[in-house]
Amino acid sequence: MTTGTAGYASTAVNPAVPVPYRVVDRRADTHDTVTIELAAVTTTLPPFQPGQFAMLTAYGIGDVPISLSACRDDRLVHTIRAVGAVTRALHDARPGEVVGVRGPFGTTWDVGSATGRDVIVVGGGIGLAPLRPVVEHVLSRPGSYRRVAVLAGARSPAELLFTDDLRRWTGPAQVEVIVDRPDRGWDGPVGLVTSLIPEVDVDPADAVAFVCGPEPMMRFTARALVGHGVPAEQIRVSLERGMRCGTGWCGHCQLGPLLICRDGPVVPYPVAEPLLNVREL
Amino acid sequence: MRSGDAAVLIDVADLSALFGALHRRGYTIVGPTVRDGAVVVAELGGAQELPYGWGVDTEAGHYRLRRRADDAAFAHCAGPQSFKDVLHPPRARLWSADRAPDGTPEVVPEPPSEKRYALFGARPCDLAALGVLDRVLTGGDHPEPVYTGRRDGTFVVAVECTEPGATCFCASMGTGPHARDGFDLALTELVDPDHCFLVRTGSPAGAEILAEVPTRPAPGETVTAAAGLVDRAAATMTRHMPDEPLPPLIAASRESPHWDDVASRCLTCGNCTMVCPTCFCTTTEEVTDLTGDHVERWRHWDSCFSVDFSYLHGGAVRTSGQSRYRQWISHKLGTWPEQFGMSGCVGCGRCIAWCPAGIDITAEAAALAASRTGQEQS
Repeated sequence: MTTGTAGYASTAVNPAVPVPYRVVDRRADTHDTVTIELAAVTTTLPPFQPGQFAMLTAYGIGDVPISLSACRDDRLVHTIRAVGAVTRALHDARPGEVVGVRGPFGTTWDVGSATGRDVIVVGGGIGLAPLRPVVEHVLSRPGSYRRVAVLAGARSPAELLFTDDLRRWTGPAQVEVIVDRPDRGWDGPVGLVTSLIPEVDVDPADAVAFVCGPEPMMRFTARALVGHGVPAEQIRVSLERGMRCGTGWCGHCQLGPLLICRDGPVVPYPVAEPLLNVREL
Repeated sequence: MRSGDAAVLIDVADLSALFGALHRRGYTIVGPTVRDGAVVVAELGGAQELPYGWGVDTEAGHYRLRRRADDAAFAHCAGPQSFKDVLHPPRARLWSADRAPDGTPEVVPEPPSEKRYALFGARPCDLAALGVLDRVLTGGDHPEPVYTGRRDGTFVVAVECTEPGATCFCASMGTGPHARDGFDLALTELVDPDHCFLVRTGSPAGAEILAEVPTRPAPGETVTAAAGLVDRAAATMTRHMPDEPLPPLIAASRESPHWDDVASRCLTCGNCTMVCPTCFCTTTEEVTDLTGDHVERWRHWDSCFSVDFSYLHGGAVRTSGQSRYRQWISHKLGTWPEQFGMSGCVGCGRCIAWCPAGIDITAEAAALAASRTGQEQS
């Protein structure tokens, strides 16, 4: 009686074992969020696609799922907000230090399927991080996509991510930024990111929307997009649950029938919608 | 000889020869034995350690050993453990790392288990559970290394069920009491008039082992008698799952008021998930020495009944008992088929017997079915 699997030869990458990567660049985005760039110490993992995630290990503390926040040749770029023991340790890792990486895991944004169409990107808080490669991909191929709208929401101006990128994207894309709690210097709109949706200058019926943020934000954003005329099946959301493995073994990331590590994190809104509407699912 | 070919008989005294043949090939034999007032799964030194003469009384929240009038070795139903404990152990190290002088951790994966296991006395529900674990832990893109290392090369000796417990419902799940596949050898125990075992082979490895054991041809009436005992076991099973397809029932019950009713009884202790032969969920823990230079990652069984199970930064997703029981039974009966193409429940009844509150998965499924029927009618 055998399982029919070959097991893991010494040369194959065992997905339970983190591969050492060195922090080669670290940049503070906000008071609690950094973007780190990682380079392989010896073994290089297979290429990651926008939307996919890595399990990042702080040795001796644990590992957590973190999406890719930029695509660079041979480098992994992750944006990490310090919210717990592991993310705090990863946040504090300085250039030269070594962290562990497992992956790539999960589904991609499948940006290419929006070719020839308008693109709407809606990010809430740290949710903008996994969307950044989508915007970069689309803007680097100006002939391939039509109009592009980027909507970014943050709690306060100080918590806004990627302000340089948002400025750089303005022009090639319609960029709208909104905060919930303005400070004295803020002269932009105030409120929730959903209130920006009526202002997008795209053809909603022929647009593909990419949405990531806190769960309530994604629920209301997707509903508002549908209300604005974007067909539900053209909306993709990136879901989040706790994970211990990333490989479908631990059971932690279930949301109804979904194993988020395997069937997500990116799922079509019609799949997520009935699940997000059930409390404590 | 293949399954379905002429069966043979092994006398009870010659089970030791079967053990000997397995030991000679280097197998570590694990199977049922009596310990601490229960039939447990443990490494067996010989056939004499089988639970001869022991029966079991089970009911919801109840499990007691009982002395039998005969010397049957397999007239007991599922105990608190299963072969999950062997192949998907409660604790396992995934890797170790030591920091080199330059600070780089050198990570060493845990080598696969060197033991090759013979699973002795796997009941048909256990065979079904192995099929489920095979699918969950090795059937996806990433075979789980601990399970794969232990499962590959196992030898399975199945024993059909002739005496189901009051908590059993394998017949309604289509997993037993007959052993159909997934074994190298399948035995059916006959106590009367001579204590012997009808043997079928399920693989070339099974035939090879059987060739080293004294056997005699099985008379036709003995084969018929053995099949009759197993048929009777199916007929006497009192518990069963509702007849309707369960995944749509469960999906339609997400907002059912019945979860409040279950939660008023459920202690969220997680016993059902520990004894379940297919519950596979795990967590991981990082362990270091005092210097922090030596690090190990261990994985442990986890339970969807703990609040921490659904922890996401900021808090747990499933804080109420209602939501945690709903998660467990919904996964088992409803979403498992969507995730893995098969039911997560094999009908062994362990979760019923070992629930300290006596919660019965078949009764809860029936209550959901009844409340939905009630809603449709009103």
